[in-house]
Amino acid sequence: MNAFFALVQRDVRLATRVGGGGGMAVFFFLIVLSIVPFGIGPDLNLLTRIAPGMLWVALLLSALLTLDRLFQADQEDGTLDLLVLAPQPLELTVLAKAVSHWLTTGLPLVIAAPILGLMLNLPLDGMLPLMGAMLIGSPALSLLGAVGAALSVGVRRGGLLISLLVLPFYVPVLIFGVSASRAALVAVPGDLGGQSLLLLGAVSLASLVVGPVGGAAALRVAVK
Amino acid sequence: MSSGICLMIRQWQAKPCEDARCSPQVKPLPERRGLRAVRDEAVILTTSKPLVGLTVAKLSCVRGEREVFRDLSFQVAPGEMLTLVGPNGSGKSSLLRQLAGLLEVTDGEINLDGTSEDQTIADVALYAGHLDAVKAPLSVSENLSFWAEFYGVSGARVEDALEVFSLGHLGHLPAGVLSAGQKRRLGLSRLALIDRPLWLLDEPTVSLDTASIAALGDLMRAHLKTGGSILAATHVDLGLEGTRTLDLSSNGGAST
Repeated sequence: MNAFFALVQRDVRLATRVGGGGGMAVFFFLIVLSIVPFGIGPDLNLLTRIAPGMLWVALLLSALLTLDRLFQADQEDGTLDLLVLAPQPLELTVLAKAVSHWLTTGLPLVIAAPILGLMLNLPLDGMLPLMGAMLIGSPALSLLGAVGAALSVGVRRGGLLISLLVLPFYVPVLIFGVSASRAALVAVPGDLGGQSLLLLGAVSLASLVVGPVGGAAALRVAVK
Repeated sequence: MSSGICLMIRQWQAKPCEDARCSPQVKPLPERRGLRAVRDEAVILTTSKPLVGLTVAKLSCVRGEREVFRDLSFQVAPGEMLTLVGPNGSGKSSLLRQLAGLLEVTDGEINLDGTSEDQTIADVALYAGHLDAVKAPLSVSENLSFWAEFYGVSGARVEDALEVFSLGHLGHLPAGVLSAGQKRRLGLSRLALIDRPLWLLDEPTVSLDTASIAALGDLMRAHLKTGGSILAATHVDLGLEGTRTLDLSSNGGAST
């Protein structure tokens, strides 16, 4: 497990020092969400209605933006060879990479979401459900994204390819995430919000297995 | 992790070089301070590592539909070094990557001698390729500390490993400001840090200065003395005795 934490620590340190990781995702998030009100116009009710959806779409895009460097940076300087040859299972290595991606991308965005929600006229009692849903759903974005990043590690400018590969798998996260976040805002018959939150948790738990196993298999092929 | 008995390599006396290729203008550089420290005190290499040999039988390599080499058979015993030579594109790097498990083996067998059934080559070998695997934003010692933790080696050995290539005084600098040769030395410091019986070195001397090549030679000699084995693709004479050469230009067949 020491190796796991060493890799997480190294990646978080790299992301904070280079500024390309977490900082970039947060600024992209900010840019997308600050231009939406200009595009939609000053219709406050409409903004409230689309706020959860817009926040989730921006979260997805920000996560995708930073995914392409997940393994590629390591491949370019030869680190990936040594990560693959290291004594611990490659699955654990992929999990560590996904965890550090979430810590530098997902977590800062969850924290920034309520502040940006204000710009979209998101009511205050909708903030907590939104943050909760994002906290539960965003790990799935990093974990599933790791598979796409591993598959396209040998491709230059593979960002677009990753998007094509993983976006279909992001759709359930988006649907359940928006539904759980919206439940607090709109009176929905039945407890649809709770159900969505459970399903969102299920997607995250499933990707906790699929991500590392799939990512490791893809990496083994990629280095050869 | 196992610490094992330490082998002290005592004072190689700095005798005057009688070799003709040692030209008089090659003076000890100021950077040799650390190297001298290594020679005067000790290179710590544990002997707890298992003695591992390698037998390769009828190995072939195909890259991009081009056959690089075929029916390559050779053996490396513990404590032995095999130098791979051959023109560019003759498959030196490919062979090393195949042995490390980083390239598909199309035909032939690679067998380890002296290991248990479930051990793969990745468990006993240490690969040092063309790229140094150095992260520019991290400091020199952070780079090495990470590999120590990742390969389950005590962090206390990082400083000793840095001293082998005289990098101790650069420990706090970001690796991004190092020169190409210094980066290479940092990459090669992993050899001193991580105990593996089999070293696979791909052109380790590229961009190294004379003093560092000598330090690498010392490190390799110490590794061989403790029963380690080395496969190295290099055209530089590292001054190691009793090494065998495998010429890949003749498409296989080890010669002495």
